[in-house]
Amino acid sequence: MINRASYFLLTLVFTLCSLLVQAQQQNTETGPVNEMFRSNGKIYVVVAVLLIIFIGIIIYLVQLDRKISKLEKRSQH
Amino acid sequence: MKMAKHWWKILAVLLLFYVITAGFWVKVPAIENNEQTTRNLFFHVPMWISMYTLFGISVVYSLLFLSKYDLKRDIVASSAANVGVLFGLMGFVTGSLWATYTWGGTITNDPKQISTAVALLIYLAYLVLRMSINDIDKRARVSAIYNVFAFALLIPLTYILPRMVDSLHPGSVSSPGFKSSDTDGTLMRVFYPAMLAWTLLGLWIFNLRVRYKKLELKNIFK
Repeated sequence: MINRASYFLLTLVFTLCSLLVQAQQQNTETGPVNEMFRSNGKIYVVVAVLLIIFIGIIIYLVQLDRKISKLEKRSQH
Repeated sequence: MKMAKHWWKILAVLLLFYVITAGFWVKVPAIENNEQTTRNLFFHVPMWISMYTLFGISVVYSLLFLSKYDLKRDIVASSAANVGVLFGLMGFVTGSLWATYTWGGTITNDPKQISTAVALLIYLAYLVLRMSINDIDKRARVSAIYNVFAFALLIPLTYILPRMVDSLHPGSVSSPGFKSSDTDGTLMRVFYPAMLAWTLLGLWIFNLRVRYKKLELKNIFK
């Protein structure tokens, strides 16, 4: 039953693991991205947080949509 | 489509509308380097509340499944865990982003962040475990037992242990921010609806998945 979902999950597991063994890195870089996030009272951090949540939910819904389509195809026979 | 049946979904949408608008609108107390990021309280924290609710439902239905081997209960338990992981991951990623601009690192050696990641890994393992067993009945039984252990680890890992040691995360030194002495009243007026709103949204997605899985079970021999 190795499907796309399990690859995705295993990737997630390994990513989380690798993040955990990383040493702490200071984020004091001054790239354009960092500058934007630190401007205007760091309000763009909040915007990014909302976007992450929104994208997460959308990705989940697209996956569910796909599964339902497959089921519809199967149940027509 | 009867509207009366869907009142809680409508409530979720209305509350979310209020939370997202008021969340950017209200005056927040600027505390040190948090500045405006305090507003994440309305988005990052409710992810965890939603996750706890879903994992709670999940473990209850796993226990119910173990008392009477009904596959419908397995569907409810696994769906709740599945959507719970989604909210947990979103909580973790949003928290890491917040940490990047306030704690000075994306993945820090903060006990709360690390133990939460471990708790999430335990639940990811639950999903992997389910994928590795093809036999439906066996999968349901093994994962139900695993789920009970996962929940038993979730609470100390995310709620108790990080508060026993020094942590940058709020709630380690004092209460986790639910007290009025810790959190400003204006924040509370948005924070409470936010917890309810995001939890209702989580329940809605979970409800969709349960309905899909039940249909799939019916169509299994087609």
